[in-house]
Amino acid sequence: MKINKIIVSFISAAVILLSTSVVSFAKVVGDKIVLGAAISLTGKYSSNGVHTQNGYNMAVDRINSMGGVKVGGKTYKFDIIYYDDESNPKRAAQLAERLISQDGVEFMLGPYSSGLTKAIAPVTEKYGVPMVEANGASRSLFTKGYKYLFAVLAPANLYLDVAIDLAVEKNNGKPVTVAMAFEQDAFSQDVRLGVLEAIERTGSKKVIDDKLPKELNDMAATLVKVKQMKPDVLVVSGHTKGALTAVRQISEMKVDVPMLAMTHCDAAKLSKQHGKNSQYALCASQWHKTLTYKDNFFKDGMTYDADFTKEFGYAPPYQAAESSAALLVFKDAFERANSFDQKKVRDALAATNMQTFYGNIKFAEGGQNVDKPMVLFQVMCDDGGKCENKVVAPTKWASAKLIHPIPSWSQR
Amino acid sequence: MDFLVFQYPMISVQAFLDGILLGILFALIAYGMALQWGVMNIINIAQGDLVILGGYIAYFMYLYGIHPAWGVIVSPIIMFFVGIAIYKLVINKVVDRDLFISILATFGISILFMQLMNFAFGADVVLANSDYGTTMLFNNNVVLPNSKIFSAFISILFAICLVIYMKKSKLGRAIRATAQNARAAKILGVDTEKVYAATFGINAALCGVAGALISITFTIHPYMGLPYTIRSFMIVIIAGLGNLPGVAMSGMGLGVFEEFADYILGTEFRIGSVFLLLVLILVYRRFKLSRKREYLK
Repeated sequence: MKINKIIVSFISAAVILLSTSVVSFAKVVGDKIVLGAAISLTGKYSSNGVHTQNGYNMAVDRINSMGGVKVGGKTYKFDIIYYDDESNPKRAAQLAERLISQDGVEFMLGPYSSGLTKAIAPVTEKYGVPMVEANGASRSLFTKGYKYLFAVLAPANLYLDVAIDLAVEKNNGKPVTVAMAFEQDAFSQDVRLGVLEAIERTGSKKVIDDKLPKELNDMAATLVKVKQMKPDVLVVSGHTKGALTAVRQISEMKVDVPMLAMTHCDAAKLSKQHGKNSQYALCASQWHKTLTYKDNFFKDGMTYDADFTKEFGYAPPYQAAESSAALLVFKDAFERANSFDQKKVRDALAATNMQTFYGNIKFAEGGQNVDKPMVLFQVMCDDGGKCENKVVAPTKWASAKLIHPIPSWSQR
Repeated sequence: MDFLVFQYPMISVQAFLDGILLGILFALIAYGMALQWGVMNIINIAQGDLVILGGYIAYFMYLYGIHPAWGVIVSPIIMFFVGIAIYKLVINKVVDRDLFISILATFGISILFMQLMNFAFGADVVLANSDYGTTMLFNNNVVLPNSKIFSAFISILFAICLVIYMKKSKLGRAIRATAQNARAAKILGVDTEKVYAATFGINAALCGVAGALISITFTIHPYMGLPYTIRSFMIVIIAGLGNLPGVAMSGMGLGVFEEFADYILGTEFRIGSVFLLLVLILVYRRFKLSRKREYLK
């Protein structure tokens, strides 16, 4: 009995010792800058969570192998502590607490999705831990006055307003009629606000304004209305589910609409799952490999695409590209701050003004990236049924000409 | 509020037909639930998750180049054994306990299934394309995807087969006898243990058929099961146990109700209106019951 007790106390002493030593070894130690991240490796966001993690890892390896981060005349290497947040906001907030107060992490990378970023931001803010996030686009993240939150991506309200402008332009500058179907979640509703603003700005008119519940997998009712009202543009945002359902039912119900604009097409692997039926759909994207931005680490989009595909066996969705860009931002900020003081790094982050393969990065007061416009690509298929996404707007980066209006189903 | 549906009469026809086709599919799932509820007194919260699992079977056939419509044959066969396995592992331990225990147990199975499917199949939303085309009616004013018509047809076919099987076969009679009085059936030589396992298996097989049909008509995702559980629960509540025509009618009624709620109240209230209807019906039932009780006094 006594021996048992001795063993137990010995083990617990060892554990306590180890855990305290972890605290003192984390942060910036030796030649390592330790970043923390709670990522959805399981649960409903797990596929995009994995894209995010792959993007982070790819950038860490690249920066480390190309000389690392130079601060105060010394070279440091990036390292990341990951925890699985199970796609659960509560868990994500707990893990952020744990990363900061137990593991002693002083700099954070963002999780996947607006919802989880919203859960973590108050924690990092409380401890004054700078967080660069790449996957939370909801506008409400940038209106709370957070000082330590920086997002490399464009906010959600800029996703689809380009489409309305494009439709007006194609209509010779005259206002258009718009049908909208948006899921009832923070992100999609922000996209909706952006579209509403564009409608107002161009003097256009909304004829349908449906809100889709998150369990929904049937949009037939909305599409029947579209058939009846014949709008010039149909805008749909409901994550991958919305994109897949919309394309399936539009093709099945033979709904003719001159322009169809959506979000999450590449996450939904739209052209792979639907083939030719997805043709002509316009999709908002944060990034596309054909954009001509450049940096010293990944060179450009095409090279990034090739390197990523070689390493992970699939083409990088924009979720991976923006995650890689977050590391480039951190490296740049550390070197300019020339210090690991959290306040100084925070100020350096706020003053960021750089170009990466992913796009220009410059943060506004609220932390959102204001220097990188969204792009719209269109799904274009050849006669053999092979489909590709080609950038059609803004015109500066267009690699193909927009096909407008979409040919009617009787001619396809 | 939107009154488009009254301005354009063709929209009402469309909504009605859409609702009927959808409702027939719901009724198939609900019939499975009614069956095991009646026989074993178990409300299966994992019903929707069995449906989704069945959908994944059809989806994987589609991935390997087999037409997903074959899923309506393969999926129920696999799901039958999945059902029996669940029965042997969990349900047989709770079958004689009170309803609360079985609800908890199946709720646990539901969570487990969701996580396992997420783990095994990933969190992507997927679907299987049947390429069945479209039927246009009334001068192209009403469109019905053939996949939905196919779903309804297959559902009816399976329902009819099941009814005949229950009436004619030995096992079917044993199942009905157990539903009426398990103890008496046992005394008269029915192996109730076997009957329970078969019932659970048949229910899972029905879910398999429905899942395969859903992967053809809609989309599937590991976390999308719950709305199917709720709808079938709702249909069974309205129809009562062991009442197949009732289940079919209330299934179609619910389908039509959902479609019209979608047009009139807006898509955002579609699922909400189902919940509201459920509450109203439960309150009404309670009200009727309490009146009855007063008579008894």
